[in-house]
Amino acid sequence: MSEWWTYRPEDFLLFSPRVYWRLFELHNAAWWPLQIVALLAGLLLIVVLLTPRPWLVRCLGVVLAASWGFVAWAFLWQRYAPINWAIEYVIPLFALQALLLLGALSSGWLTFTDRRRLPRYIGLALILHAVILHPLVPLLSGRSWQMAEVFAVAPDPLAIATLGLLVSAHPARWAWPLMVIPLLWCLISWLTLDTMGAPSAWSPLTAACLALVTRLWPHAEAK
Amino acid sequence: MSICNPSRRTILKGLLTTAAATAIPSWPLSAQDNGPKTRAVPSTGDSLPLIGLGSWITFNVGDDSELLEQCVDVMAAFFDAGGRMIDSSPMYGSSQATIGYGLDKLDAHDRVFSADKLWTSNPDEGRDQIDASRSDWGISRFDLLQVHNLRAWRENLETLLTMKDDGELRYVGITTSHGRRHDEFETIMRDYPLDFVQLTYNPIDRAAEQRLLPLAREREIGVIVNRPFQQGRLIDRLEDHALPDWASDVEAETWAQLILKFIISHPDVTCAIPATTQVAHVRENMAAASSPLPDDDMRQRIAETIGEL
Repeated sequence: MSEWWTYRPEDFLLFSPRVYWRLFELHNAAWWPLQIVALLAGLLLIVVLLTPRPWLVRCLGVVLAASWGFVAWAFLWQRYAPINWAIEYVIPLFALQALLLLGALSSGWLTFTDRRRLPRYIGLALILHAVILHPLVPLLSGRSWQMAEVFAVAPDPLAIATLGLLVSAHPARWAWPLMVIPLLWCLISWLTLDTMGAPSAWSPLTAACLALVTRLWPHAEAK
Repeated sequence: MSICNPSRRTILKGLLTTAAATAIPSWPLSAQDNGPKTRAVPSTGDSLPLIGLGSWITFNVGDDSELLEQCVDVMAAFFDAGGRMIDSSPMYGSSQATIGYGLDKLDAHDRVFSADKLWTSNPDEGRDQIDASRSDWGISRFDLLQVHNLRAWRENLETLLTMKDDGELRYVGITTSHGRRHDEFETIMRDYPLDFVQLTYNPIDRAAEQRLLPLAREREIGVIVNRPFQQGRLIDRLEDHALPDWASDVEAETWAQLILKFIISHPDVTCAIPATTQVAHVRENMAAASSPLPDDDMRQRIAETIGEL
């Protein structure tokens, strides 16, 4: 792209905020009451962090893989891609993330038995934010609750909750590859929301930074 | 390069260029009964209303039925007010399908002047992309196809010129926006038999006045003006300021109308294509072309006033 320095972020925004927010409204209406099941699935992440039994971790692998696959198909492909052609390049990444999570959690390669407090607390905070607080953001922004972004139904809370789970997972050599796609999505979402002037842009950005710092912290790896 | 906050010297220089251009008779301007003024397409003499309808962002609504109906209302108001040219691109998400939905619903296929773009880096995909666009619009052929932002322009332009020779297309053009790649743009205008160019021009972004608009006149190329309001930023910037009293001299009731009048009063501009989601704005835009247009002195006043705010 020539003269790339003359482009502004808004030059790449293909849709208006009203169209973007209505995607979630229509998506929620189409899949209701799946959101209730999704909230219960979100609580499973918390249970795993608090009591990381192997069979629970395997269950979580299936649930998270299904969630990434579902969001890729039902939201990104069916709703978002028609108004944003760039999303077509993201959909395979979501499918890959589903496979990676299924493989890593179901095989027992990843464990959550790290007893150090800080990574677990930050992980729990990220998951609680994704599952409980993130759906409330529309109300704080003056939008309808019907536009709520719900864990396992919408991409942002799914990516944030996945990061929350992975910040205290070990070994790091398996956790890091699983964090790449959620971090990338948080970055994309932040850019999109910030360009639209949405105050909630802080949510994916803060989550990504917090997860990165926690994971990079020198004592993050279990001994 | 865009001109932002132009100095008085820049403004005067541009106006001198415009004044020189207006010393030559402009492309025929005529008024429809109770409709927008029209200007002739230089290469054929066909006339087009001075205001068209863009679809960047505004018509990209996916399959949202409520928003689709709002777009249909906008198109209905546009046609009712005498509008003809609607412009889109495969890059604009679902905008082409929205236009096709509206044309079907309004049974307006014979009223629209269909302007679309070829937007691909792979020239081998050009024909397929045009077929897909045509299918989205629900039309048998486009009036105008343009190479979008000069993307793979040599090969894509050859495709379009061949289509025109074969009678599959009426007009061929190229586009740019926000003042980008004007040197290359100018070269293509000199070397190829274009019917239209599309570029950004408004009281703030006036780089086109220097070379491209005079060249369009010399080469008998029609000019379509995009981003008349800088994607709304220009209106946002002006909305806190009162419209000058003298705007009533050209029957401008809003800043948007004053800006559009500035643009379409340039003798080498064929059509401006503001995009909107609101019926009221369509009517306001179309009305700008139905009432008196500013003369050179008034154009100078508009540019100076808006440049200083």
